[in-house]
Amino acid sequence: MSEKQLSVEERNKRTLKKLLIWAVAMFGFAFLMVPFYNVICDITGLNGKTSSTAATDVPEQVVADRTVTVEFITQKGDGISGEFTSETKRVKVHPGEITLVHFYASNPTSKDMITQSIPSVTPGEAARYLHKTQCFCFDQQTLAAGERKDMPMIFYLDPEIPRHINQFTLSYTIFDVTERVAGKNNSVAVN
Amino acid sequence: MSTAAATHDDHHDHHHAPTGLKRWLFSTNHKDIGTLYLWFSFAMFLAGGFMAMVIRAELLEPGMQFVDPEFFNQMTTVHGLIMVFGAVMPATVGLANWMIPLMIGAPDMALPRMNNWSFWILPFAFTILIGSVLMSAFGDGNPSAPNFGWTFYAPLSTKYGPDSTDLFILSVHMMGISSIMGAINVVVTVFNMRAPGMTLMKMPLFVWTWLITAFLLIAVIPVLAGAVTMMLTDRHFGTSFFDAAGGGDPVLFQHVFWFFGHPEVYIMILPSFGIVSAIIPAFARKPLFGYASMVYATASIALLSFVVWAHHMFTVGMPLAGTLFFMYMTMLISVPTGVKVFNWVATMWRGSMSFELPMKWAIAFVVLFTCGGLSGLMLAITPVDFQYHDTYFVVAHFHYVLVTGAIFSIFAAAYYWLPKWSGVMPNKTLGELHFWNSLISANLLFFPMHFVGLAGMPRRYADYALQFADYNFWISIGGFWFGLSQLLFLAVAVLCAMKKGEKAAAKPWDGAEGLEWEVPSPAPFHTYDTPPVVK
Repeated sequence: MSEKQLSVEERNKRTLKKLLIWAVAMFGFAFLMVPFYNVICDITGLNGKTSSTAATDVPEQVVADRTVTVEFITQKGDGISGEFTSETKRVKVHPGEITLVHFYASNPTSKDMITQSIPSVTPGEAARYLHKTQCFCFDQQTLAAGERKDMPMIFYLDPEIPRHINQFTLSYTIFDVTERVAGKNNSVAVN
Repeated sequence: MSTAAATHDDHHDHHHAPTGLKRWLFSTNHKDIGTLYLWFSFAMFLAGGFMAMVIRAELLEPGMQFVDPEFFNQMTTVHGLIMVFGAVMPATVGLANWMIPLMIGAPDMALPRMNNWSFWILPFAFTILIGSVLMSAFGDGNPSAPNFGWTFYAPLSTKYGPDSTDLFILSVHMMGISSIMGAINVVVTVFNMRAPGMTLMKMPLFVWTWLITAFLLIAVIPVLAGAVTMMLTDRHFGTSFFDAAGGGDPVLFQHVFWFFGHPEVYIMILPSFGIVSAIIPAFARKPLFGYASMVYATASIALLSFVVWAHHMFTVGMPLAGTLFFMYMTMLISVPTGVKVFNWVATMWRGSMSFELPMKWAIAFVVLFTCGGLSGLMLAITPVDFQYHDTYFVVAHFHYVLVTGAIFSIFAAAYYWLPKWSGVMPNKTLGELHFWNSLISANLLFFPMHFVGLAGMPRRYADYALQFADYNFWISIGGFWFGLSQLLFLAVAVLCAMKKGEKAAAKPWDGAEGLEWEVPSPAPFHTYDTPPVVK
């Protein structure tokens, strides 16, 4: 039946349905923006997040005629009362050169604590040229009561790192995720 | 389908002339619902305005005088939310309800029951929101009302949000449902209920701009609903959309919010473009210059509004290419907007102009909205935005486009169509006083904000450096003056509602055009039961 033969009420209902579907789809789109944003960030380094998996390739060459300054800063998120520092505050590296940096976190409380450190690089475009072969940020780290933990991080810079990036800052924020992990386990148990 | 056609003719008979409270509570009449929307939005305008008075009282002098900074933050937050969602948006929906069926020769809105629902959600939504402020004000600041700014950036609104944030989330959901239903109603009405011969390109521009606004609403209000839903699950259900500790990203919130937020500002201004495009030809006694270009310009503005959102967040640290893209896209919007402004000016050019109240407001709109548009262009330039970001320059910009833009045009619409709504002419003396006082005080209120902003005064603080004291004194004086002036409009509206005044003819403005002037004043309860023929 063509549109012309339908009564106004019928046509109104049809238009209403289409528009409602569109509204619901846009609600879904809001949630679609989350993975989309993450993909864009992975490609462009928009939000300065470094890769959350270990690099397995070994750099083919060391670009000896270039040095890039990498600075390390640490921040404590909610619930962290102990120490969280990096042994090295700044290091000059050649792209392709493998470098080890030690971070230390302590738990002065009387309870075991599960922590998660979140990396962020400024300027963000440097993030995709930072390859970590080992990092405490890849996994949650358990700090036993009273423990001071040595948390190593091994990285190298991509030899392809653009010429205009001479310096960048890698920041780690450590969070206490004990309750979050416990909450997850509980919900698994309920299910 | 024959049964549907048969029931169609007498569908008005079963809700004849209810009286008293029931008339308003159960109304499915587009004129009554329009009236409800307009009164509600004016009440919210006064409520949000009162909060602005608290803000300006505190900023009258440097140092802390009347409220503590925590309550000051609640005032800026709720002032913004009420003015955006409670005053400007419902006012334009009210105008759409009243005028669109009259303008396209339809007997009513297409979905009258939904229309009733979309209005009656609003008082409840704002009772919840304002309730949180009252609890804070009379409960010694505890619990706090929403205090994170109208943009409710995470983590201020998630991790650090007060308990009342959940009330805020609920009320935003309700406002959103109301807006989406209102928008759907407009689209369905315009698509299916036009009188024979009323082709799309013959529709008055107010109908066009509202149709495009409605599409924007349906596209972005669900995204706002998504954003507050993510906030809710982040706060209570263990998700980490915006929480870095769980792998989320607070900056993501800004992207989702401004993907809604930028089209939202056009949702507030596009109906104004339609209003002014109706009024200026009426009082210049010339047809609108460039009708088709106005339609296309509106559509271009709407489309471009989806690709400029990140100009609100140049300072978050975007790649250069990103900032350039958003800068150029933003500047591109000034092209269709410029087309509109030049068309209005060209309409007035060599017209037989007269300056009745609606025309005064409309001309003030064109001049002052352009002012706000120009400061918007300055803000669009990425490198200088780093200086202007989050200063009073931004506050000046968006108050020029929203107060002297959107709200001035809504007053223009009210003075223009009040004869049709009430059957009496708005009181001229009070109207003139309202206009001139508003015009002068609004500029005293908002223009110096440009200067203190450029000099570095940040927005959203309860105090400021001593060097800004003189300007802030005069800004506050302008604020109180503007606030009090609006009570004059309350008098105008009440007089009209009481039918006190000069009786209005069916077409009180000799140059006015459109189907709405073919019905008597006040417009009868039912109009266009048999559709008019449009040639």
